[in-house]
Amino acid sequence: MPSGAGSHNPAGIGRSLPERGLLLLMVLVFLEGSVLPLGAASSPDIRHQENVDNHKAADPGHNFTKKAFPVLDLDYKHIQTPFEISLWVLLASLMKLGFHLIPRLSSIVPESCLLITVGLLVGGLIKLAGEQVPPVLDSRLFFLCLLPPIILDAGYFLPIRPFMENLGTILMFAVVGTLWNAFFIGGLLYAVCQIQPANPNPLHAMELLPCLLFGSIISAVDPVAVLAVFEEIHINELLHILVFGESLLNDAVTVVLYHLFEEFAGAGTVTVMDGVLGVISFLVVALGGVLVGAIYGILSAFTSRFTSHTRVIEPLFVFVYSYMAYLSAEMFHLSGIMALIACGAVMRPYVEANISHKSHTTIKYFLKMWSSVSETLIFIFLGVATVDGPHAWNWTFVTVTVILCLVARVIGVVGLTYVINQFRIVKLTTKDQFIIAYGGLRGAIAFSLGFLLDKNHFPMREMFLTAIITVVFFTVFVQGMTIKPLVELLAVKKKQEAKRSINEEIHTQFLDHLLTGIEDICGHYGHHHWKDKLNRFNKKYVKKCLIAGERSKEPQLIAFYHKMEMKQAIELVESGGGVKLPSAVPSTVSMQNIQPKKPPPAKPAERALPQLPKGREEEIRKILRSNLQRTRQRLRSYNRHTLVADPYEDGFGDLLLKKQRMIELEKKIKDMSNYLTVPAAPPDSPTMCRARLASGKDTDFKPAQQQKGSKVCPDPQAYSMKQGSDGVPTIHVDLASPQSPDSVNLMDEFRQASQQQEKDEDQGLMMKPPSRPTGRRKPGETDADKDQQKLMRCLSDPGPSAEEDEDEDEPFLP
Amino acid sequence: MGALQSSPGQPEYVDLAEKTGFSLEQIGVLHKRFKQLSHNEETLRRDHLNGIPDLACNPIRSQIIEAFFDRRNFRQNGEGTVEEIGFEEFLVVMSHFRPPALHVSEEQRESIRKEKLRFLFNMHDTDNDGTITLEEYRHVVEELLSLSETLEKDTAKSIADAAMLEVASISMGHMEPDEFYEGITFEHFLKVRTQSTSMFAKILSYSISIQKNEQIL
Repeated sequence: MPSGAGSHNPAGIGRSLPERGLLLLMVLVFLEGSVLPLGAASSPDIRHQENVDNHKAADPGHNFTKKAFPVLDLDYKHIQTPFEISLWVLLASLMKLGFHLIPRLSSIVPESCLLITVGLLVGGLIKLAGEQVPPVLDSRLFFLCLLPPIILDAGYFLPIRPFMENLGTILMFAVVGTLWNAFFIGGLLYAVCQIQPANPNPLHAMELLPCLLFGSIISAVDPVAVLAVFEEIHINELLHILVFGESLLNDAVTVVLYHLFEEFAGAGTVTVMDGVLGVISFLVVALGGVLVGAIYGILSAFTSRFTSHTRVIEPLFVFVYSYMAYLSAEMFHLSGIMALIACGAVMRPYVEANISHKSHTTIKYFLKMWSSVSETLIFIFLGVATVDGPHAWNWTFVTVTVILCLVARVIGVVGLTYVINQFRIVKLTTKDQFIIAYGGLRGAIAFSLGFLLDKNHFPMREMFLTAIITVVFFTVFVQGMTIKPLVELLAVKKKQEAKRSINEEIHTQFLDHLLTGIEDICGHYGHHHWKDKLNRFNKKYVKKCLIAGERSKEPQLIAFYHKMEMKQAIELVESGGGVKLPSAVPSTVSMQNIQPKKPPPAKPAERALPQLPKGREEEIRKILRSNLQRTRQRLRSYNRHTLVADPYEDGFGDLLLKKQRMIELEKKIKDMSNYLTVPAAPPDSPTMCRARLASGKDTDFKPAQQQKGSKVCPDPQAYSMKQGSDGVPTIHVDLASPQSPDSVNLMDEFRQASQQQEKDEDQGLMMKPPSRPTGRRKPGETDADKDQQKLMRCLSDPGPSAEEDEDEDEPFLP
Repeated sequence: MGALQSSPGQPEYVDLAEKTGFSLEQIGVLHKRFKQLSHNEETLRRDHLNGIPDLACNPIRSQIIEAFFDRRNFRQNGEGTVEEIGFEEFLVVMSHFRPPALHVSEEQRESIRKEKLRFLFNMHDTDNDGTITLEEYRHVVEELLSLSETLEKDTAKSIADAAMLEVASISMGHMEPDEFYEGITFEHFLKVRTQSTSMFAKILSYSISIQKNEQIL
């Protein structure tokens, strides 16, 4: 095993305790340096006697002589491994950071190329310094620590629908395409090695099996490289999922071929029986991997059902279960990548229904963070390993390999597309084929597999490694750099940044049901029929088992609607006074415009409030509240700051301040009304009600209003805006409110405002819970009136009287 | 029609094949199914379709069945509904789900897509006034949700409202408060439904199963 080569290296990865080092590394890569303080906890300053003992036990070679008590001690060795790992991670992160600070660079050169270059430089520096380059891309490190986060990220956020819709095509490319590539490259390489004329050449000694093995290593498209490049070119969804899906699913083929040829390389002969076993083995590896992943996925979903009381560790279950799925699959030499993908895809719908919103965000960010750090490290390590690796450069072999790789890919894609297009409704055009072929990037997986080869069985290992590195560099640099201009040149359809709209969801579901229905009428059980059956089974049994509480019964459409509503509510609140509109299409269309002109007199009394489950309602409210509070704090601190800054111009400052706040507020209101009118929730939805209330209470609306009333500072713009937004459902302010004083002393007013603010803070945000299932049936009119009244009070009544008034509304309070 | 019923020979099939674009075998298969559904009668009535057990748990069952008895779907510029349909009408309705031929030009493709969309639009537009009104849209959403255990009319309504709002804002852009958006016209329908490429692909491919269907059968 080449990992033995790591026994003497400065990084200490495999020092005398390779196991421990790896374990530490794993933890570290996963926690991304957050462990560093932990490691430092046992380092010099606070190290005491027992710590020294500890240390002695761990490292007997350390000479400890009794001297005067060391006040300051340097013991680098003690922290070397975690420290250096952290350094690597830090380097990777800083590099990633740096590339985005240079504006032009990242638009021309893909990040992966830059990272490899950095890796080359770092490797060169280490070598110049006379140190031994650490075997950073050691196979165990790579497969056990660096790869899983990337794959999990890909699997968890895999767009299931397009993936399943194109599964046939993807499988075709992944299985048949990879097989074709492996045998084509391997076979032709062998032929080339044999026909080498004249002068004696090491290539003559090449046998068929090593060639095939090499072919199988080099033929697999690499998910890491594909992700890195394709995320930058924003290609359309179909092409992305085709290339990326292929790179994920070809893992099973590669694993089987690799083990098969490695096995036979020792044995020497291959019989038909072995071929049959190989096919069976492929099925076992692929399906076994999926099965393992699915089992862990279901376990994870089931566990998450019970986490409602310990929300903190929710995300951990997702990570640990999937990592265990990966390890379990690897244990049996099943396809770990397929296991991870299956695990992520299976658990996601259930886990997402169970966990809290915050946990979901945490999972998202952790996965993205890990995968991007892993990716960065992989590319840097690839560069370092290139400098380090023992190379055996053979012009013929390397050139032939590169050319064969390209040729095989093109022929494979064109041939397979021809077959696939017979069955596809949306045909793959020539452009698509070109991009698929061109996007077949090779990467670090191939390198790591090559690294795993046994030198004794494969004397050509170094030549293989060199050739692999060349191919990887060629694909990543040449293809990776040119693919973006080519995509633009060919005018390949780009990805449209369209948000999933509610219409799309309705339409999709409608189509699904329609097709199922038509199939039933035809009397044929097509795949829509089975999909429908599966869905129903899922809804009836699986969801009940795996999802806690009410949500299991929620139809998909409603769930989607709630999700969208919540997202918009959060966006709205987070943007605060900002300008970002939740919709791409700014418009003034409002509910009013689509409601029948004269609402039937017997308009349904109850308002269209979706009856949110209690838990979710609480969740939304909490998010809204926390966000609002933050906004308020920001505002307040800003106020104070300004006041302190202008001690002399107290009065003027006030005025300025108020004006500013008013403008801010107007903006907010404008946004709000804009928001209210865009495809957001209807004005009667709970989100809106809350937002309306919240904005009324929270933003210090009153001073502005009064100011306007007293015409101290008439802001024409603001005023007209108010007028404009009058028609839409928004905050209704009655200028003739009896409480609103006609002329107010500025100072007084400010005091009132602050009072109001304080009051707000004391009470927290008052939110009206949406009508509960048991809800009171109030005529909509009255309800709306009440709302308005309440709002009025909040707005115009400072001081204690308001509180009295609000006591009446006590039942409204949660 | 009667002749067709008594002896479903090849010549009649050829005629139908030209009209609907189905292949002869496909027509044969569908004819068999038609007779099975109608219990060997010449015409198919609603209760025949209602009796299909698999259809029972389809939330939009009634709309699907209505589509078969809607004159607008017979490609004859008719309107209104009929009580019973013969095999020819059945086939014509079915042909909306036929996948486009292998090699078609862009314009043909576009027209096929429009035709398919028109079929969908007609399913939504129940009163045939050229627009999908809010009421009609609400009805669709309610139907979609009708099979869920906890029937929530209010939720369905607010979802439909949100969707309508979305369509209005996409298709109209700016609107004065006192303007009235009376409903989704076919043009807006086209616009909204084909906004993203994925939807485009889906609409074209909403026939794939039928194709396989007849091939396998």
